[in-house]
Amino acid sequence: MRITCPICGDRDRREFYVKGAALARPEASATLEDWHEHVNLRDNRAGETKELWYHEMGCSAWIEVCRNTVSHEIVSTRLAATADLGAKR
Amino acid sequence: MRVAGKGLLQGAKPVTFSFNGRHMMGLEGDTLASALLANGVHLVGRSFKYHRPRGILTAGSEEPNALVTVGSGAQQDPNVRATQQEIFEGLEARSQNCWPSVEHDVQAVNDLAAPFFGAGFYYKTFMWPSAFWEKIYEPIIRKAAGLGALSGQPDPDISEKAYAFCDLLVIGSGPAGLMAALVAGRAGADVILAEEDASMGGRLLSEVEQIDGLPGVDWVAQVLAELGDMDNVRLMPRTAVTGAYDQGTYGALERVAHHHPRRAGLPRECFWRIVAKRAVLAAGAIERPIAFANNDRPGIMTASAVRSYLNRWGVAPGLRVTLFANNDQAHHTARDLVQAGMHVAMVVDSRHDAPDSDLFPVMKGAQVCNTGGRKRIDSITVRSVAGEERIQTDCLAMSGGWNPTLHLTCHLNGRPQWNRDIASFVPTPGTVPGLACAGACNGEFSTAGALREGVEVAGQALQELGLKVVDAALPQAGDDAYNMTAIWAVPGKGRAWLDFQNDVTVKDVKQAATENFRSVEHMKRYTTQGMATDQGKNSNVAALAVLADATGRGIPETGTTTFRPPFVPVSMAAMGAGAAGMGFKPQRFLTSHLASKELGAEQIEVGLWYRASYFPEGDESNWRQSCDREIGLVRDHVGVCDVSTLGKIDIQGPDAAKLLDFVYSNTFSTLKVGKVRYGLMLREDGFVMDDGTTARMGEHHYVMTTTTAAAGQVMAHLEFVRQALRPEWDVQITSVTEQWAQFAVAGPKSRELLNGILSEKIDNDSWPFMGCGTVDVMGVQGRLFRISFSGEMAYELAVPARYGDALFRELVSRAKTLDGGAYGMEALNVLRIEKGFLTHAELNGTVTAFDLGLQGMVSKKKDCIGKPMSARPGLMAEDRQRLVGLKPIGAVKQLTSGAHLFNPDDPVERIYDQGYVTSVGFSPALGHMIGLAFLKSGPDRIGDTVRLVDHLRGIDALCEVVDPVFFDPEGTRARG
Amino acid sequence: MADLIALTPCDGLLPVTIGSINLTEDVPEAMTLIAPYAGQEEAVSERLEAAHGMAFPAANRSTGKAGARAIWFGQGAALLQGSAATQELADIAALTDQSDAWAVVRLEGKSAAEVLARLAPVDLRSQVFKRGHTARCEVSHMMGSITRVGPEAFQIMVFRSMARTLVHDLKTAMAAVDARG
Repeated sequence: MRITCPICGDRDRREFYVKGAALARPEASATLEDWHEHVNLRDNRAGETKELWYHEMGCSAWIEVCRNTVSHEIVSTRLAATADLGAKR
Repeated sequence: MRVAGKGLLQGAKPVTFSFNGRHMMGLEGDTLASALLANGVHLVGRSFKYHRPRGILTAGSEEPNALVTVGSGAQQDPNVRATQQEIFEGLEARSQNCWPSVEHDVQAVNDLAAPFFGAGFYYKTFMWPSAFWEKIYEPIIRKAAGLGALSGQPDPDISEKAYAFCDLLVIGSGPAGLMAALVAGRAGADVILAEEDASMGGRLLSEVEQIDGLPGVDWVAQVLAELGDMDNVRLMPRTAVTGAYDQGTYGALERVAHHHPRRAGLPRECFWRIVAKRAVLAAGAIERPIAFANNDRPGIMTASAVRSYLNRWGVAPGLRVTLFANNDQAHHTARDLVQAGMHVAMVVDSRHDAPDSDLFPVMKGAQVCNTGGRKRIDSITVRSVAGEERIQTDCLAMSGGWNPTLHLTCHLNGRPQWNRDIASFVPTPGTVPGLACAGACNGEFSTAGALREGVEVAGQALQELGLKVVDAALPQAGDDAYNMTAIWAVPGKGRAWLDFQNDVTVKDVKQAATENFRSVEHMKRYTTQGMATDQGKNSNVAALAVLADATGRGIPETGTTTFRPPFVPVSMAAMGAGAAGMGFKPQRFLTSHLASKELGAEQIEVGLWYRASYFPEGDESNWRQSCDREIGLVRDHVGVCDVSTLGKIDIQGPDAAKLLDFVYSNTFSTLKVGKVRYGLMLREDGFVMDDGTTARMGEHHYVMTTTTAAAGQVMAHLEFVRQALRPEWDVQITSVTEQWAQFAVAGPKSRELLNGILSEKIDNDSWPFMGCGTVDVMGVQGRLFRISFSGEMAYELAVPARYGDALFRELVSRAKTLDGGAYGMEALNVLRIEKGFLTHAELNGTVTAFDLGLQGMVSKKKDCIGKPMSARPGLMAEDRQRLVGLKPIGAVKQLTSGAHLFNPDDPVERIYDQGYVTSVGFSPALGHMIGLAFLKSGPDRIGDTVRLVDHLRGIDALCEVVDPVFFDPEGTRARG
Repeated sequence: MADLIALTPCDGLLPVTIGSINLTEDVPEAMTLIAPYAGQEEAVSERLEAAHGMAFPAANRSTGKAGARAIWFGQGAALLQGSAATQELADIAALTDQSDAWAVVRLEGKSAAEVLARLAPVDLRSQVFKRGHTARCEVSHMMGSITRVGPEAFQIMVFRSMARTLVHDLKTAMAAVDARG
């Protein structure tokens, strides 16, 4: 499996660490229920899904990877910094 | 027997080798199989289950029968296919699965009992009584089962792993593969041509045919010469592509050194990971046998194998050959034999419209229904409308048609399609992105067709790669008709083999169907059809056809089993190449490593790090003596310990303080420059991630310390927060763990020691508890932190790592003059347990700030990672397992970490579990064992008695619950 | 008072020659990680050029030459090898002294790329990875940096504490490549 790091290019998956689903952090006003969903609940979709990968052995970029869990196709990647995951404060 | 004037080995160097202890001669370029046939050896091994005599069926990696063990002792390789093993001077090979010899095998008695050994025999027979399984049945079956055996000794050979990259990977070097490589190479593409055989050319090496007016082998040589001259083409013979993986990654096994005597330093095999933008599968096809009674005798081979042995290796597998076929191409075997001056006794063709020949007799509409002979075939029985007839023969060539070698196209879950015209599965296009098929593996069985498809797929790949085709001239070649009419199994009595390797017969498959194992995947597992080294390459389609027939379905409806990697067996040695011994994982050594070893320190692995465990002195004979003494050094004088393994992270920028306030539960923006603060880090789920101290070196400059265990995790976490959650903050983080060698100098005399080496002396006012700053150490700029992990007055002194060795030596020698010395991990651990300080034994991922009594460190004034979830009621429940100290009651010698806690009156059962012990040690100051534990409602039970039980190590002790700080609870010593 | 004696990361391990492949230790005078603050990339490049004679390198590239080289070192950062970074950068970039943090070795020889193919899962073919190109990548399970510094020469870096593993793994691969002849 290979992942295209937006900075380093096409790289072997063994250079990456996967964190899991790419989710925006709940906003300041979030309820405990929102937090429970953010931390514990996942869709487990068959098809395109967004995940966060860390190019640990490479440039240290956190990357949002859109990946098809059925075909294994890497549909797109972008820096997590541009994925608006930080929530309003 | 060698045939004069035939084959490609004419004039080759003679080679001596041995088989089953017998010395024989062969020629350089021979496989073990061809050399054995040249020596008249047909009996090579015994079958798996019935121990039937077996010979050589094929001439390739699909060989099911002729598996041998090569070499001896620790260097023996089992299950080597004789059809792939090249001979070399001194090669030793022997038969396997037979005792005492392949000629006289006592387990051949199994064959007589065959009526009892049908499909499911083991499942049905060894069921009862169940107690018999482990002690009686399994050892007996294990002894009888298996093919070759490993030596049981450590592998003395080396293997390696490597990566390769290319524009186009061409798999297989027959006419299709060569043309694809040629067209792509001429266009300037970076090409890898991988061929599992030792020689490139595929079937062209084994057939009598012309390409562009040249004999096929000469055309191959010409193409290879052109490819060899191209810098952009890499030829990889002896390299089997074993698997197709995601995003154009392919696994390939290169047999680097199996074809000559061992050479020092040379790996036996190399496992390649090839990354290709495009790939062409040109893996050819595998000829299928036909199932008829006793079709497994030595001397019965595929028709194409007979041609290979004759045309490539110049060996006649028999003097009186017969052929049983269902297609025109197979008749080439008889033609080539006759033209080489050999005798063909009969061609038996199942088709009524089979072609006639002037060269050999043909019986049309006839079938071979049985064979005679024991260790080698001596006759066949042919059935036709005229009745049954026995014909003498010493070699039967058979051909039931061809199956495209499409395995790789299925490795990403693709399913092949049934092609009625050739009665075979063919690849479904697009099942492996970027991979296209050409030639026989695509169902195109003529040479002209293969050449054409090779050109086509290369052109398509070049276009996708953005390259232009330069020269795609198509060579002229034969376009012989295939004309196959399927025949899978000849009806009749007697066992007719499908899977030779696993002794699966037509009857077994039918029985599976009768017992309702009608799914092909169930049939496979019930009968063992298609398992082991050949994975049913010869037999799967025929077995499927028999199953389809037995269940009254068509073949496409019946489906096929799943082909998975690897295509050919890959040794564990190759997969794990480089990972034995020192290669298992990287080793991290401290700058003090050498000096510690000179002091006699025992080493302990901490993650990847090697740290000094303790420093034995004088007549100390066990670690406890050294540990107790080292604790004394620190409590009474001064100790020196290398603490460089702790993670150190430089955090700089205008928003550095914001980042720290967000990742730590407590506040760091208020920390004054020149001060250090203890911090607690939570995960977003509210549990504790890590702890450590962070020093403020400047307005916009902090240095964070993490635990050794979590250094990598914390770095990734900080990057995550900075990049993904707060990309607008202007802050940079860098690991400086490796830049600094850092030593704890701890004990009442620590300041005295430091003042001997610092250019400016320090005192309690200039460098108070939790102070930090830069210092001049013997002319080197370092950093000094007044922090303590022992409870004593202590400092951590850091210098650039190049000086680590020298500074450690200096510190230890100065400590010794003050009655102190070096201390290791064991002493460090007890010192911190006495103080109730935490490590990842306590921060084990399941504890909260509340559990640790640190809920006050979760600031109410700001947001931080993990804050919302840490406030969940369940994470603040009074009856959670919370941190306490334990001290034994009475004469208890040992407490153990990992032990569980119970109320003294409760049964020792899981449901009564009250908690568990995380850390223990012997406190010299207190004179007894102490422990840290998590206990239900722990802090509310100080003074209670609990029972500590460790079934694993046989410990059962009563303990008193105490405060986790055992020593100097007021903390005055550290502040002095 | 005696001076503290400095040791290099590969002290006692190098040089090594196997066949025609050489492995030597490089010891830059200093190494400084330069990470420009927000919006300061151009300013950093200008001051770097003025003080050290080279621009701030683009991603996956290095600038300068032996003795004074700036190697892209991960997102938003470059490692200056040579003299210590000018303090004129201090207000517009985070400067971190890494002089002692990395083991730096040079692998040179006709089959140097073949040796590295056994350690690193990255494409180092000469037409793809040219002189001056650099990669942050895995080197034998270690976080590393590889820079092509010549047609047949690479600079390889891993954490200082892992110098022994790096040398061991390189020597193993060098021997295997050499044995193929």
